[in-house]
Amino acid sequence: MSRVRRGPWAAGMAGTPAAAMSDPSKPRLTTSAMIASLVSEGQRSSTAPFGHALVEAARNRPDIVGMTADLGKYTDLHIFGAEYPDRYYQMGMAEQNMMLAAAGMAHEGFVPFVTTYAVFASRRTYDFISQGIVEEGLNVKICCALPGLTTGYGPSHQATEDIAIFRGMPDLTIVDPCDALDIGQATHAIAAHQGPVYMRLLRGKVPLVLDEYDYRFELGRASLLRDGADVLVISSGLMTMRALEAAKLLETDRVSVAVLHSPTIKPLDEATIVREAGRGGRAVVVAENHSVIGGLGEAVAGALLRNGVAPPLFRQVALPDVFLDAGALPTLHDRYGISAEAMARSIKGWL
Amino acid sequence: MEARTTLLANAPALEERAWRIRRNALRMGQVQGQGYIAQALGVADVLAVSYFHALSYRPEEPDWEGRDRFLLSIGHYAIALYAALIEAGIIPPDELESYGTDDSRLPMSGMASYTPGMEISGGSLGIGLGIAVGIGLGLKRKSSDRFVYNLMSDGELDEGPTWEAAMSAGHWRLDNLICIVDVNRMQADGVSTGVLNFEPLPAKWEAFGWHVQRVDGNDMGALVQAFDTARALTEPKPRVIICDTRMAKGVPFLEAREKSHFLRVEPHEWDLAIEALDAGRGA
Repeated sequence: MSRVRRGPWAAGMAGTPAAAMSDPSKPRLTTSAMIASLVSEGQRSSTAPFGHALVEAARNRPDIVGMTADLGKYTDLHIFGAEYPDRYYQMGMAEQNMMLAAAGMAHEGFVPFVTTYAVFASRRTYDFISQGIVEEGLNVKICCALPGLTTGYGPSHQATEDIAIFRGMPDLTIVDPCDALDIGQATHAIAAHQGPVYMRLLRGKVPLVLDEYDYRFELGRASLLRDGADVLVISSGLMTMRALEAAKLLETDRVSVAVLHSPTIKPLDEATIVREAGRGGRAVVVAENHSVIGGLGEAVAGALLRNGVAPPLFRQVALPDVFLDAGALPTLHDRYGISAEAMARSIKGWL
Repeated sequence: MEARTTLLANAPALEERAWRIRRNALRMGQVQGQGYIAQALGVADVLAVSYFHALSYRPEEPDWEGRDRFLLSIGHYAIALYAALIEAGIIPPDELESYGTDDSRLPMSGMASYTPGMEISGGSLGIGLGIAVGIGLGLKRKSSDRFVYNLMSDGELDEGPTWEAAMSAGHWRLDNLICIVDVNRMQADGVSTGVLNFEPLPAKWEAFGWHVQRVDGNDMGALVQAFDTARALTEPKPRVIICDTRMAKGVPFLEAREKSHFLRVEPHEWDLAIEALDAGRGA
């Protein structure tokens, strides 16, 4: 019988204990709880930005309801549930039925915010979202925790290809906000928007970064957070935080990095992206918490090619096209090149 | 004023409605030269009771808030629902000729975005009941006393989401949800219970918390009684009416033909089928 082996077995050391693979001089990190906070030491943060923003957005909007598939506490929707218990629908661990029920609710004029993990929405319920909700243009907001590599649990919970899956669906708006501020503002924006939306969420204690920049979330708009002469990073989601950190690290190497945050993946703000990428002959690096296949990177590449923009260098900081390892998030982020340090190293190496 | 036409003294009998639905369906099949005609003929009595006995609606205002919602989960049964919607006055009769042609409002598979009176886009089988759960919840939020009906086929019993929805409807005690299962015992690859055995069916629905009735779906009296019971029930439970139907019912030579999911009808046979149907009118 042939079977794929991962972890220490992958190196051809079948049967070898994992300890034999590690450097004994270093303490080995452990896989944390399902949802590890991404807040680093000393970083400012805000708790449950999605839940609190939705409570505010729903204050004068009795049409907004919340639905979850046994993951209210793990998507911060429980905050909404505590504030509006009669508008909170626990649908059980039945994601397909939840998407259909949300379609039915939207039929009746309500605006359901449905939550689960990104893997389940994308892989498990795709047809139900497509044919139940989006084909009819129903006003359902699908808000999902654990996007990309934000858990060490392994491929069962790592939504490394959710954007690739959803980008193929006509009429679905896709949003990948960066931090607590972005998530809060995006929640208000998608509540005001008419039409189906898929939004990636960080939950729990979420880093707060963008309040230090002249930034406001606008649906469908990319924003230049900092300018730079050598490299233009185009990024979404948590990789925008990493890009801003990497840009600071690279300052010491006299590499000047611009960061263009593009939280709306679809429809993509092609005008801004093409304009920035065509300016100043800078290297273009697209950074995303997602597979190299089918995400922001390929969306940007397509836009640049179609518009005749050829930067001197084009690279992706993204997850490799493999089923990722299980392990501690800091270990995995380093291993797959999406930590700020790894990103800075990659960019330096490419120049 | 509600268009519950049976309230009108001179309204045609349900049997006459069913005959007209079958005839509309055969005419559409004739235009296309094909169609899921065996299913349409089989389910015509269920649709007659639905649209001319049970449902409230306004033909001139298909989106009227006070209507009962009728979901066609089985998109390929669209030919049957169009036939009923024409008879109900929601679709003009002359549109029948456009069935399945380019730019028609009557595509082969039923879609809400194309057709007035078509509540959902079915066709990806197994999605109707879950949407009905959401509509049932939504109607309750609005304190509406309307019902949501979901018409599904026995083939859709194979789909997992059907049972997620069944459990969910039971959990929420959706007494405004009436599910109609057309058991014609035939799906794409053959006899339904041979493809995947769904029996014992009533026991399954009961175990999921539903009020269950099983009737001969081509017996008008039994159907009327079952719909009345389902609507009048005071138990806080969703209701299912399992309808055992005969494919191609009403056209004896097609009824006798070896059954398949997509019944072949030769070009010259459409006229013969209509003749045979007409011969049985009022019988």
